[in-house]
Amino acid sequence: MLLLAVANLLWGSLNIPVANVVQILLGGQIEEHPQWMYIIRESRFPQMLTALLCGMSLSSCGLMLQTLFRNPLAGPSILGIDAGANLGVALVMLLFGGTVTLGSLSMGGYLLVIVAAMLGALCIMLLLLLLSSFLRNQVMLLITGVIISYVTGSVISLLNYSATEEGVHNYIVWGMGNFSGVSLDRLPLYCVLLVSGLLGAVLLVKPLDAILLGERYASNLGVNVHRTRNWLLLCTGLLTATTTAFCGPISFLGLAVPHIARMTLRTSRHRLLLPGSMLMGACLTLLCNLLCTMPSSGSIIPVNVLTPLIGAPVILYVILKKH
Amino acid sequence: MFELKHLTTGYGNRVVTPDINATLNPGELTSLLGPNGVGKSTLLRTLCTFLPPLKGEIILQGRPISTLSNVQLSKLIGVVLTERPDVQNMTVRDMVGMGRSPYTGFWGRLTEEDNQHVTEAMQLAGIATLEKRMFNTLSDGERQKVMIAKVLAQQTPVILLDEPTAFLDFPSKVEMMRLLRRLAHEMQKVIFLSTHDVEMALQLSDRLWIMHPGEVIIGKPAELSQSGELSRFIQADGIKFDLVLMSYRIDQC
Repeated sequence: MLLLAVANLLWGSLNIPVANVVQILLGGQIEEHPQWMYIIRESRFPQMLTALLCGMSLSSCGLMLQTLFRNPLAGPSILGIDAGANLGVALVMLLFGGTVTLGSLSMGGYLLVIVAAMLGALCIMLLLLLLSSFLRNQVMLLITGVIISYVTGSVISLLNYSATEEGVHNYIVWGMGNFSGVSLDRLPLYCVLLVSGLLGAVLLVKPLDAILLGERYASNLGVNVHRTRNWLLLCTGLLTATTTAFCGPISFLGLAVPHIARMTLRTSRHRLLLPGSMLMGACLTLLCNLLCTMPSSGSIIPVNVLTPLIGAPVILYVILKKH
Repeated sequence: MFELKHLTTGYGNRVVTPDINATLNPGELTSLLGPNGVGKSTLLRTLCTFLPPLKGEIILQGRPISTLSNVQLSKLIGVVLTERPDVQNMTVRDMVGMGRSPYTGFWGRLTEEDNQHVTEAMQLAGIATLEKRMFNTLSDGERQKVMIAKVLAQQTPVILLDEPTAFLDFPSKVEMMRLLRRLAHEMQKVIFLSTHDVEMALQLSDRLWIMHPGEVIIGKPAELSQSGELSRFIQADGIKFDLVLMSYRIDQC
């Protein structure tokens, strides 16, 4: 992961010598190339950190949801949670053009997008919770996710239809997934939100193990199942909403990474799986980010071009292994 | 020591079994018999605290269980359910180790002492050789024994089991019941189970609870047999209960 993080700083559409990158990161000044400093500090460093945290968050979400629903195909994108966040964002971007005034309180730009994504994600989580007794069955789970995605998709289409050209363009670019959308001044907020979500997830390591056995066994082992479930939903909601709001809907990652972690670690204990998933998720997003920016042409391809290429084979493998 | 006082079980407004008064004793294997749908599971779920009682109290070691916290309860009552946990990548040892959860710290790591209890529990349940196998590759009988080892590792004075002999072949059923009887006697535990294997329950239980719609009749197998309760419970078209052999006979048309 460290290697990938370093590689993320070193490679980019503009060639900057390694020694100079190190110098800039250590706080040095390079008189002859002020634009290099700008690129490293304002673009590559925040982008690397964004990708890293995004990977950690989405894969922990996937792991928690798979345990909670006791279903290997659960994940933020399959369950339609990020579709909910998506809808929230679409509502704000397309309908209100990015600013909402509630009485004397006016919210604009990113903060609003985050709040909207969060509310959208939480609504879907609540809906899923209501349906959760039916969702042990894998097919039902997938169908529900697809239905949710269709419904939000149609609402979004409607919004797109009635929105301004600029709004539609902004929304589509956002929807392709992008780790470069978090600038240095927004980075602290992004980090605080995600790190608190991740810490919340770490607190749930022991009850998560018990929940693997089913709710009744878990409660017999002294776990307060209701409280654990609410915590879990809050954490996954926070993590999914934040990453979706800042980076766009990054598909498949949350679903695939926990499986990769399980396959490599061969364990079901969350005190190993959770850090394992975080680490592998971070590696994967850093790799994606690298591959996205690396093409020598100098152009940057959207993240969502790559993630399904990694995620889809894993899903197929999981389904085929079941039969 | 495990006492039911005027316990009424049911869901919401619907009473399933009213006013049960009974005691479960340590060192005894008690079997709960009754036809499907009479309320055995409802009673077991109420005793496991998965379902709140409609009326009355359950008293454990002198304290009403409604006043105990989740963690306190998890050290007093262990359960084995009919549902089989479906977990990938969990070894038998890890599964039995889950029984130590009420005692472990924040990360759920097992101490040396915990590991010793796990080993002992596996030996008692006769699954020490399966230790490294993956739980989901085991047969139904083996899984059931692992769940029993898990509940032994939990070290609770009370163990409740919901149809532990269902889905097992005949030799495994016998083995399971004998194991539970031995555990009750040797470890002075309260062991209470529901079952449909009437003959086996008659021969191996210390006490029987026979559930009829709205009432529970309790007694030792021999007493219930003499008083005609067993015949009343079993007799149906084509089935007769043999008082001497303590078994039932089926008429051939």
